[in-house]
Amino acid sequence: MGNAWRLGSGHLPSRRYFLISMASAGVILGYARSGLARAEALAVRTGRVHSPAELFEPTIWYAIDPDGNVTVNIIRAEMGQHVGTALARIVADELEADWSKVHIVMADSDPKWGEMVTGGSWSVWQSFPVLSRAGAAGRTALLEEGARLLGVRPYLCVARDGAVHAQGRSVPYGEIVARGHLRRAYTPEQLIRIPIKPPADRRLIGRNTQALDIPAKTNGQGRYGIDAAVEGMIYARPKVPPTRYGSKVLSIDDSAAKQVPGYIRSLALNDPSGTVPGWVMVYADSFVAANRAADRVRVRWKSGDAAHVSEGDLQRRAAELIADPGAGALVVNDPGLEAAFAIARKKIERAYTTSTVMHFALEPVNALAFERNGIFEIHTGNQWQTLILPVLAKALGRSQNTIVLRSYFLGGGFGRRLDGDYAVPAALASKAAARPVKMLCTREDDSRFDCPRSPSLQVLRMAFGNNGQVIAMDHQAAAGWPTAVMAPSFLLKDARGVPYDPFAIHGADHWYTVGAQRVRALRNDLADRTFRPGWLRSVGSGWINWALESFMDEAAQVAGIDPVDFRLRLLTGTGRNAGSAPNSVGGAHRQAAVLARVAEKAGWGSPLPKDTGLGVASSFGQERTMPTWVACVARVRVDRHSGRVTVEKLTLVVDAGTIVHPDGAAAQVEGGALWGLSMALFEGSEFVNGQPKDANLDTYRMLRMGDTPEVEIEFIPSTETPVGLGEPATTVVAPAIGNAIFAASGARVRDLPIRPVTVREALAQKA
Amino acid sequence: MTTFTLNGRSVSVHSPPDSPLLWVIRDELGLTGTKFGCGIGFCGACTVHVSGRATRSCITPVASVAQAEVKTIEGLDPGGKHPLQIAWVELQVPQCGYCQPGQIMQAATLLKDYPDPDDAMINAVMAGNLCRCMTYLRIRKAIKLAAARMQERGAHG
Repeated sequence: MGNAWRLGSGHLPSRRYFLISMASAGVILGYARSGLARAEALAVRTGRVHSPAELFEPTIWYAIDPDGNVTVNIIRAEMGQHVGTALARIVADELEADWSKVHIVMADSDPKWGEMVTGGSWSVWQSFPVLSRAGAAGRTALLEEGARLLGVRPYLCVARDGAVHAQGRSVPYGEIVARGHLRRAYTPEQLIRIPIKPPADRRLIGRNTQALDIPAKTNGQGRYGIDAAVEGMIYARPKVPPTRYGSKVLSIDDSAAKQVPGYIRSLALNDPSGTVPGWVMVYADSFVAANRAADRVRVRWKSGDAAHVSEGDLQRRAAELIADPGAGALVVNDPGLEAAFAIARKKIERAYTTSTVMHFALEPVNALAFERNGIFEIHTGNQWQTLILPVLAKALGRSQNTIVLRSYFLGGGFGRRLDGDYAVPAALASKAAARPVKMLCTREDDSRFDCPRSPSLQVLRMAFGNNGQVIAMDHQAAAGWPTAVMAPSFLLKDARGVPYDPFAIHGADHWYTVGAQRVRALRNDLADRTFRPGWLRSVGSGWINWALESFMDEAAQVAGIDPVDFRLRLLTGTGRNAGSAPNSVGGAHRQAAVLARVAEKAGWGSPLPKDTGLGVASSFGQERTMPTWVACVARVRVDRHSGRVTVEKLTLVVDAGTIVHPDGAAAQVEGGALWGLSMALFEGSEFVNGQPKDANLDTYRMLRMGDTPEVEIEFIPSTETPVGLGEPATTVVAPAIGNAIFAASGARVRDLPIRPVTVREALAQKA
Repeated sequence: MTTFTLNGRSVSVHSPPDSPLLWVIRDELGLTGTKFGCGIGFCGACTVHVSGRATRSCITPVASVAQAEVKTIEGLDPGGKHPLQIAWVELQVPQCGYCQPGQIMQAATLLKDYPDPDDAMINAVMAGNLCRCMTYLRIRKAIKLAAARMQERGAHG
């Protein structure tokens, strides 16, 4: 008898719904399983069962029960940003709710939520207008009905702390829900017209609180996709084929696997969606058995075309594309560029590269899949449900409305789980076995199946006129295009109609005023044929800013101007860099402000010990349409003998508009900055024979405790539109470090990651 | 069958003796707080205590813990109120949280060995615990906060 049966139901947690009680804050984090399950969830908490009819649900975003509990539906993935807390604070502030009675529910996929995506540092920016108005709408309805119950005119009432107050009397929201006649519901069109409070009246936004997801992450109770279980499930581990595309299974020999107790069978998946061509599933009654059996199963494949592609090939292809003047999209294409270069007094041209970077989310990708009551359920942590649902529908040959993605904590997102491709083989494995299957990748499987950050090559040029002023700038970038591969409807077109991936070029369309500007985006087609290029924390802004902000320093040096002053002179806030409401009010002036402040804060210009230097970089984070102004100064020490770089301190100043949850915002900037450091000094793999070379931590190095420097962060106080925080800090750290290495030692590095050998070579070149 | 003590309770398991302890704890015994990260003992997400020592359960055969005392994050403190857990919440350490049970279990043995750890000790002992969200700064602060409180309690107790 196998483990699956020995376990018995007594050991398995109920998957109908799952609740974690957080007694200290009186807050519940739940996982919505259905309308009924939510009622049960409320019942568990309050000891009372409320039917949907007893709840006040003015919009789809939250419900208030007769006990006054406010349950907010969170459609964004909880992957470390405490997004549920931030979003619930937005609702609760406008609703004038009692925070101790606010609860969050992680929503499963449902068409009613619209686009279900957690990425791009978009969550608060996207949700703020909707959720604040939803909260305001509920407050208005409760106030009117509370006034009626109190027998006074609404204008005499105040809503505060979960009750309506007037003339020394009050009626709590729960009582209004229980006794009143709250019939009001708001359509999205009606919500748009609901006014929200002036910033000065906010009571929760901008103030710290304990994030609702954290206690469960300290005691082992947090439930991740890997923890999902259902009675009768079997396990599967994949055999990942030699190439991402075009692999065909020729034969499967499982004779050695048959000696593994618990091994069931091996099966080549038939995938009509084309997501996992050449995948073989090895089934067993435990993960241990599936893992061991998979090691013993021999599969012969016919590889796809990319079986011999190397990192060098990818870089060579990038160089070919940049050398072809007709290739690519002209994202910015001002007239007069070449004329300006022709008359330039001085010119500078530099090339920069970045290597392949792995996501390495600590929870390897996995999914539990099964069909129940005509619904195909996929239990897994995911960042973009609406992107993978149609793919699942195609793979399974059924309609999307019979498939549901159940939400869990993500053991790291970082963009890896924007691509839900891992749900497909799990679903196919379950369909083929006609029973619940939990597919789990080992770390090595996960790495080989990753959608890594594409290697990149960039060439930048700048032209200077009389008096050293900048008169033209050209930025060309070649890389794999994640969006072209996975979400082509999100591509944009240049003025000539040539498509491009905005996420692979964001940052090059910067806020510096540089005269005639050109930005050319080139799709590395060999990269896209070799692997799935991924959206990895800050996506293109990660490699674009490495080149741009390193180049700005080199340009400042050519111009003979201090690197901070050089940038400030270009941040004039004129023309297209003036900014516009609602997202970029102030434009380049706000970038100048964070830059000036970080220089001041980090002691820019003050004397430093030998071989120690400060380097600066600044950016607008992700997108021109929702800029998060960020600047960083890195203080590094260079060991001239070994070439080893020690980052001693990172100082960051951020203007992200309104900050909803200050401590959560700081945590995002800390993590983002240290990701930037990790990618600057340690992280880099390479493609060898069509596969990333590093599949596990024995060879892939990333930041650890002892590498972590002091980090100081300051936010600019603001009541402007809240923008993003998950990624912007990632984009400025590597160039700040590169520039600091130059300041400390005179060695200029232009390739990421910065290896000691590169620093030694740069020092030798200088000498 | 292998018998050992898990969080103070004697358990007998049927998994083959060379099964990694991690999967026995997670899949046969149903305690999922201990996590799988790398499978080769390099990330620390699977850290448990075996006879009081921090141990990578993903590379520990279950047979090797026969008759031993195994403690997981679920058993570190009956109410989830170990000084480290309190400090972890107070300083809002976790982000995605996946590595944190392993971090806390590792830190618990750190504080046993070095009740007043300095940065070098923390760096050395926590070097094997990876945090992909990079919460290292807060982990360090929380270890020091918990250490200070435990020492204070020890001094008064």
